Amino acid sequence: MPLIRLNSNISGDAIFRATTYVFALIIPLLLLALFFSLLRGALPAIMHFGPKFLIDMSWDPVRETYGALPFIYGTVASSVLALVVAVPLGLGCAIYLSNAVSPPSNIKGIISQMIELLAAIPSIIYGLWGIFVLGPFLAGFFEPLLSATLGFLPLFQGASNGLGMMSAGIILAIMILPTIAAVSREVIDAVPTVLKESAISIGTTKWETFMLAVWGPSKAGIIGAVILGLGRALGETMAVTMVIGNRPSISASLFAPAYTLASVIANEFAEATSDLSLSALIELGLVLLILTVAVNGLARILVWKTTSKATL
Amino acid sequence: MDKTKRLEIKDLDAWFFDKQALNKINMYVQEKQVTAIIGPSGCGKSTFIRCLNRMHETVQGARSAGTILLDGENIMRIDPVLVRRRIGMVFQKPTPFPTMSIYDNVAAGLKLNGVSNRSQLDEIVEKSLRQAALFNEVKDSLQKPGVSLSGGQQQRLCIARALAVKPEVILLDEPCSALDPISTGKIEDLIHELKKDFTIVIVTHNMQQAARVADFTGFFLLGQMIEFDITTKIFTAPEDKRTEGYITGRFG
Amino acid sequence: MENNKQSNFIKRKLKEKIFLAAIFIFSLLAIIPLFLILGYVFINGITAVNWQFFTQLPTPVGEPGGGMANAIVGTLIIVLIACVIGLPIGILGGVWLAERGRGKTGFFIRYAADVLSGIPSIVIGIFAYTLIVFTMKRFSALAGGFALGVIMIPTVTRTSEELIKMVPTSLREAGLALGVPEWKVSLRVVLRTAWGGIFTGIMLAVARISGETAPLIFTSFNNQFWSFRLDQPMASMTVQIYNYAISPYADWHRKAWAGSLVLVMIVLCITLIFKRFSKRINYG
Repeated sequence: MPLIRLNSNISGDAIFRATTYVFALIIPLLLLALFFSLLRGALPAIMHFGPKFLIDMSWDPVRETYGALPFIYGTVASSVLALVVAVPLGLGCAIYLSNAVSPPSNIKGIISQMIELLAAIPSIIYGLWGIFVLGPFLAGFFEPLLSATLGFLPLFQGASNGLGMMSAGIILAIMILPTIAAVSREVIDAVPTVLKESAISIGTTKWETFMLAVWGPSKAGIIGAVILGLGRALGETMAVTMVIGNRPSISASLFAPAYTLASVIANEFAEATSDLSLSALIELGLVLLILTVAVNGLARILVWKTTSKATL
Repeated sequence: MDKTKRLEIKDLDAWFFDKQALNKINMYVQEKQVTAIIGPSGCGKSTFIRCLNRMHETVQGARSAGTILLDGENIMRIDPVLVRRRIGMVFQKPTPFPTMSIYDNVAAGLKLNGVSNRSQLDEIVEKSLRQAALFNEVKDSLQKPGVSLSGGQQQRLCIARALAVKPEVILLDEPCSALDPISTGKIEDLIHELKKDFTIVIVTHNMQQAARVADFTGFFLLGQMIEFDITTKIFTAPEDKRTEGYITGRFG
Repeated sequence: MENNKQSNFIKRKLKEKIFLAAIFIFSLLAIIPLFLILGYVFINGITAVNWQFFTQLPTPVGEPGGGMANAIVGTLIIVLIACVIGLPIGILGGVWLAERGRGKTGFFIRYAADVLSGIPSIVIGIFAYTLIVFTMKRFSALAGGFALGVIMIPTVTRTSEELIKMVPTSLREAGLALGVPEWKVSLRVVLRTAWGGIFTGIMLAVARISGETAPLIFTSFNNQFWSFRLDQPMASMTVQIYNYAISPYADWHRKAWAGSLVLVMIVLCITLIFKRFSKRINYG
């Protein structure tokens, strides 16, 4: 009798193939389920308010009038503010850490590891730090300084208690910086060495080499990296909720409190009293979903185009 | 030389997508003999040997047609898994499983097929390692990872692994091309020993190797079998001009 | 003329110097927040962490002492549920993508995973709410675990696919040549070989979801007591930290810092250990 049973294994292969296929298919199905369950949950609010929901200013659970505009504004404005701070820093990091201007070194390795750690810190801890450290610092020092020097601009006017648009923007900037730095660095490193060397060979300085050979081919990808950071900022919840002040108003001043889509969902969802208010909150979630998916899609196309072209 | 034909290949064709890699191959493999396949690179010799245990079809876009009889039974109609248990294979580069010890590598074929009797496994592992002339070198380090061995040892480990499932035929696909001359010599000696118990088919790009180890030799060119005969005949009095050209080094 | 060239060269060199200095300074500025955040968490947290913190339940306002024992265990349980839901889908989906995901369906699934990875975690929380909390009519650990499970799926799928693809075909062929059926070769040779790397990816995903708060607030909610029932609200470290942080009580703020210290230690340790591994993967 042979040691190994000579049974046929065709069925084993078929079962394995089918099982892995089913599990793989769950991924797009989850995505569809997510979209449709949000749509279904939001339907009562969509029916009740119509497109006016997107441009209405008021959010009043007592009178049951809900409008998304202050939250859309708060989400976009805080994210854009974050980009203003994070783009120069992240891009500087990316250029420094890449191989475009200098070869790999120990200090680069350490800095790049620290930036990775920055990305690993949970959002809630950013928020805690924002409330107790960044907020008081802004209220007691930075914001008075700004209003004393640049106070003629409406951006830097008004009372400040440290919790508002500015602290949200700064916290978000710190949080998205690792994304921008890492992806930009990848894009920059994908630029063929030949291009850089041909620039160097005509006697360019490092600044000129970068502008001549690296910036052009990597520009679109870097914009993609920035948009990817934007996508992350739009959906960031806890840290922003804890520092933005949570008041649904649109103000010119960066010191004033504001509110974002994600924050209002985090604050009110568990305590939503009526079916309509729950539905309105889910509709805010739907708006956030569509916003982030669109932004991420755009970013991915840009990053993918530059990195795949550069590998030729 | 009156032995039984273990394998008989009739009108074997093979393709990669639209490109025909083998064209109407006809030959046989005698029991407990070494049959070598030689030819310039790209001649289809590797494709041919991979057809013999249905490995060819595991590559995307690969097909084959024709008849391959193992003891009179057409393997093209048997479950390929069962074919491969009867016809084992060793590849060009040593391929020990990186997560497994030396012992587990040899036992892999059995363990993966559900054999778990420890004493039985011990016995087969030792026997296979002895047959592969590796036992004395590794008997004190059976639990070390298989990849810790040298290249030549790794290749003998792979031979032991193939022997452990007790195949009837062993296919060697350029088994020495990644090895140094000393390791190559050891493998060639091993092939002589294995001939006593197994039927062997070896693909080699090295004519001298074929002359040293093989009883029969087939010469392939551009996907066709040009000539197949007793090795001494092929190397001393080839009938085809192209065979003569190849063995005398005029092309290839 | 010569003079002009000379001054031009000095100008060019100066520009280069400014450029190099700027990118270096920006890099340093970028890592300052890391020290500030970790420093504050450490200083504020270390004085509040004690043995009770790990062994006792939370106390009501004004009562001294108490800890986060139930929240620590709760996070563990919720992450475990997430793994039970997310890992089979992620790993086996990755296996399928690596082995037969070359065609249109593969592209479609990969694209879906990409989109899923970009969706804010709070939106996934709403999904878990509408799917589970709404149907069961109560907050539950299960709903929280489901949300975190969905969050980890894209990462696990992608690492699994990439690492399985890195296993040389020769190993798969060597397995097949032993007369081992394909599915066993896939699981016990190929997946086994890639497992070290996949495990690293899983641990990084676990570190990430352990720190998630937003999708838990209205799924697993919170609980001031011990609870091991999966269909009931369950405490988690992050939600507990959040509740303490936004409260007006100084004692609770101290506990929020203590909780943050423990959380940061766990998350950063896992990340540091496994990032190190992930850079060393190579099957040669």
